[in-house]
Amino acid sequence: MARRRDRNFLGPSGTVLGIGEFWALTIAGFVLFFAVWSGVAASGWLPAHLLPSPLAVWDTLVRLWHNPFAGHVYAAHLAASVERFLMGWAIAVGIGIPLGLLMGWYRLLDEIVTPLFDAMRFVAPLAWVPLAALWFGTGIGGPLLIIFVGSFAPCVISAYRGARLVEPRLVEAAQTLGASSRQVITHVLIPGALPSIIAGLRVSAGLGWQSLVGSELIVVGAGLGYLMVQGQGNLNTSVVIAGMVGIGVVGFAIDVLLRAVEQTFKRRWGQG
Amino acid sequence: MSEIVFEGVTRRFPLPRGGEFLAIDRIDLRIEEKEFVAIVGPSGCGKTTLMRMAAGLDFPTDGRVLVGGKEVTGPGPERAVVFQQFALLPWKTVRQNIGFGLMCKGTPKAQADAAIAHYVELMGLAGHEDSFPHQLSGGMQQRVAIARAYVMQPAALLMDEPFGALDAQTRIVMQEELVRLARRNPRTVIFITHAVDEAIYLADRVVVMGRKPGRIIETIDIRPLREDGGWEAMPVEEVMDTPSFTHMRSRIWKLLKAREQERPAVPASNPAPVPAK
Ligand SMILES: Nc1ncnc2c1ncn2[C@@H]1O[C@H](COP(=O)(O)OP(=O)(O)O)[C@@H](O)[C@H]1O
Ligand SMILES: [Mg+2]
Repeated sequence: MARRRDRNFLGPSGTVLGIGEFWALTIAGFVLFFAVWSGVAASGWLPAHLLPSPLAVWDTLVRLWHNPFAGHVYAAHLAASVERFLMGWAIAVGIGIPLGLLMGWYRLLDEIVTPLFDAMRFVAPLAWVPLAALWFGTGIGGPLLIIFVGSFAPCVISAYRGARLVEPRLVEAAQTLGASSRQVITHVLIPGALPSIIAGLRVSAGLGWQSLVGSELIVVGAGLGYLMVQGQGNLNTSVVIAGMVGIGVVGFAIDVLLRAVEQTFKRRWGQG
Repeated sequence: MSEIVFEGVTRRFPLPRGGEFLAIDRIDLRIEEKEFVAIVGPSGCGKTTLMRMAAGLDFPTDGRVLVGGKEVTGPGPERAVVFQQFALLPWKTVRQNIGFGLMCKGTPKAQADAAIAHYVELMGLAGHEDSFPHQLSGGMQQRVAIARAYVMQPAALLMDEPFGALDAQTRIVMQEELVRLARRNPRTVIFITHAVDEAIYLADRVVVMGRKPGRIIETIDIRPLREDGGWEAMPVEEVMDTPSFTHMRSRIWKLLKAREQERPAVPASNPAPVPAK
């Protein structure tokens, strides 16, 4: 995915592209992708039930939008996923950010938590599925745990880094003005760490959202992952791809939203 | 009581490759209650380190620092600091930066607002109350940093090259203002500068420091000069033209120069290591 840099974009060999060229290239990429997909689907190399054409997927999407599949219409599956994600992510953010900030503030905590953390981070969110299933069965706890483990690490790390990057002189200045530890944390440490925290929120939301399908393998009821698993069970490839489209679009929307928040803060404090 | 006393203060910093660097070597200095002391010296002679120890942001390796008879154990709002690099909070407006100490102290809002407005006016910051630091020039940021310290009405004021980022014009205005403030509401001041003019004009006493290791070369009482010369009634430029002033200035310059020539020049960034004890 192309990464925006303010209003200029680096093209091949570092030439700067205007916004018009940027969008032209972006659209060209999508057009190429859909053209290859349509071509391969139309060529008949793969049977249509394994590789439906883009149009067939679109039809399926429209159908899923109006008619329930696996118990719910598409929007309801989407809403169930988003709700689950928001809950799991909120828990990760609510625990991870304060923990990271405290690690930045108290050296000792850093030394206790970091090794533990380094050991744990190689266990991919998907690898937690069996454990989550054992602990929570098909209850809401399982998916929350998976999304939590997917998004927790970047929350802690970004808050920790942010706190570490706050200029010591600013902390000192606050202290000479009579700030208590609590006041230093709320007025210096947190705002100073905020750019890093927001960047971390973006990464953690992305990873949490990616863990979603894994989490929904152990849910009966609703959700994009659940929809896809049911589609797979019925050998309905269009439904599976329609689920993937939803995951991609929502993930992208979350990223765009958080990036806008990030830019707002940077501009306001002149740290952009 | 807010007299500041350095008793045999030595500060060594550990060097990254082992050993220690002697930044300050056995300094004895007593700054009386409500006395204005300026410290001049070449860069790297330990002026900032000395001030940080009075502020409670750094501590002597040997010796003691006492403020009001009590050993300094940490920073506090009764000893306001104006940092060399401003150290304004980038996420707070001018008003919020100036009011930060008052907020920490829990000053009632109406009272705090009045005090902030007073110093905004005094420092020529009117119209910029809601700007963020990055929207201001260096000189204006420095004035915010000064206002933030003044507004606390501290017993001791520790200023590290506070006028360094100001243009010549603003600098003179600020110097005169500081003199006026100091006369109206005297407090204990440590004022670090490398401008000899400024030190003589502002201070009751000028402490001349030398480096390698950082130490006091001489302490000069300016008060007799000021009183005999009637400086109080004169504008800065005229004071700086009087024979007694220019004489004092060349005396201090000679002191600074003599010490520099005493040893072969060594780059300041590459201090000679002192073997660890
Ligand atoms: N935290 C520190 N660690 C190591 N060396 C330091 C530290 N602070 C200051 N120094 C050294 O001590 C000497 C005096 O520094 P400083 O007090 O900043 O001098 P000045 O303010 O007079 O320019 C310098 O050589 C500097 O490199
Ligand atoms: Mg200095």
